[in-house]
Amino acid sequence: MSTVFIALQTNEDTRPIIEAIAHDNPQAVVHRQPAMVKIDAPNRLVIRRESIEERLGREYDLQELQINLITLSGHVDEDEDAFTLTWNS
Amino acid sequence: MEMKVAKKKLGLKERYRVMTRDLGWEPSYHTKEALYPYVGYEGIKIHDWEKWEDPFRLTMDAYWKYQAEKERKFYAIVDAHAQNNGHLNLTDARYLSALKIFLQAISPGEYAAHKGFARAGREFPGVGTQVACQMQAIDEIRHAQTQIHALSNYNKYYDGFHAFSDQRDRIWYTSVPRSFFDDAMSAGPFEFMVAIGFSFEYVLTNLLFVPFMSGAAYNGDMATVTFGFSAQSDEARHMTLGLECIKFLLEQDPANVPIVQAWFDKWFWRGFRVLGLVSTMMDYMLPKRVMSWREAWNMYGIENGTALFNDLARYGIRPPKGWDDAEKAIDHMSHQFMLGLYQWSFGTSFHSWIPSDDEMAWLSKKYPTTFDKYYRPRWDHIKKLAAAGTPYKNYGLPKLCQTCQLPTVFTEPEDPTLICHREVEYKGERYHFCSDGCQHIFENEPEKYIQAWLPMPQIHQDPIRGDLGAWMDWVNLKDGQDNGDYVGSNDQRNFDAWRGLATSNE
Repeated sequence: MSTVFIALQTNEDTRPIIEAIAHDNPQAVVHRQPAMVKIDAPNRLVIRRESIEERLGREYDLQELQINLITLSGHVDEDEDAFTLTWNS
Repeated sequence: MEMKVAKKKLGLKERYRVMTRDLGWEPSYHTKEALYPYVGYEGIKIHDWEKWEDPFRLTMDAYWKYQAEKERKFYAIVDAHAQNNGHLNLTDARYLSALKIFLQAISPGEYAAHKGFARAGREFPGVGTQVACQMQAIDEIRHAQTQIHALSNYNKYYDGFHAFSDQRDRIWYTSVPRSFFDDAMSAGPFEFMVAIGFSFEYVLTNLLFVPFMSGAAYNGDMATVTFGFSAQSDEARHMTLGLECIKFLLEQDPANVPIVQAWFDKWFWRGFRVLGLVSTMMDYMLPKRVMSWREAWNMYGIENGTALFNDLARYGIRPPKGWDDAEKAIDHMSHQFMLGLYQWSFGTSFHSWIPSDDEMAWLSKKYPTTFDKYYRPRWDHIKKLAAAGTPYKNYGLPKLCQTCQLPTVFTEPEDPTLICHREVEYKGERYHFCSDGCQHIFENEPEKYIQAWLPMPQIHQDPIRGDLGAWMDWVNLKDGQDNGDYVGSNDQRNFDAWRGLATSNE
């Protein structure tokens, strides 16, 4: 098992995104550090556009993640609907 | 009833294809070999450039849109920082030393990475690669600019920020990251990608930009947090690009595997040596600590590095050669390097200091097996000398490692009381090294490293000729102002006085 992670800036933009990630990835652990939130998950983490849109109340383009992204770990696969991080271990 | 059919927008994958692959063309009046002369000489075999895919599928139009947004956020905060006398909200002005090192040693590295990616984008034949390198080249110059801009606010009030570009070229501790980038930029395009994408982005920037920037937030420096996180959002893309490049090389031909492994071995150790500076910034220069260098290494070095190497094991890749020696060094390196910076503080364009009792208690808690045993006694001794009015200064010139250019301050992996020193004779000259890792790197490419400019031999050459005052002029450092102990410095005096004014009505 390897840990994939994504870290986002702590701000109003990311609050619903973090909620959506925690909801869609029950294995994920959310660490709140000064000015940033780091989310770890075993082997795989999925960020789903629809889940974010539900919480945000507007259309969301997953590429908007770029603005508040700090770092990540794992192989990235991105399309319109999901942004996925994985390790093959 | 007439139905209005919305014109369907292109999907992400299709848009990526149109906005990257479709921009390429087949040369008709030059051969591909003539257009891309450097792509073959490292021995890397590529059969199908089409297999290269940017996993973010970022196209130029989206790139400009999101980068502009990042810039707006950055400048909003930097302006607010300047308008609110943000420099007086720092926990303590000792923190500025970390920023000075950053500006002198790291920001010029961003600029070097910009030049390197501009070149790599020209030398790779694949369109996907060219576009990704172009974005990264623009990112890197943005990082250099935003860092210089954010830190220019501090230059209005404090010493040591004024001559970072001279110091990048001429001073001894900056030559460590400088030689790292010079080495990468003078390598072939694939090695450059592994050096920067894997070593700098994947190993270094997480350790530098993430816990250190979180630390900047803790220490009241919103300007630095902002440039740090803004840069790191690009780095997340760069790491992904680096990883994609490595996978691509390993999948294209089995003959690439040993070449990539040798670059991993080399660049892991090169990167690890640059981290000597970062470890010291984290353990000693953040007045309010977020996590120790050891804790950061566990999270971003061991956990993340192991995940990467386990993943790449399917291609026959093993962890880099120096991995075990690195682990043995983690609990020692920040202490050894800070002791070095303190004893040579007349030659640094930032201040160093003896850690306070409170800080030593923190260090012994974070380093239970090493700090009290090896380093506290030395600091206690240095403290006694300072109290007696005879502060410890070492005017001897240290031996520099021919590869990483650090003074030989680190110890043997198996014996923390013995300085590690290696020597190699090559064509009648003797060369010194700080570690087995650096010696092996030299032995693989001696003709490259014998050409290295080293700051210590320079001291005996024109225009310095062994004169310390002439050296200070040459590196643009004012004695008694930019260098030496923090206690009694202009920075300390000014910060205390201005903060007093800012928090009272006198």
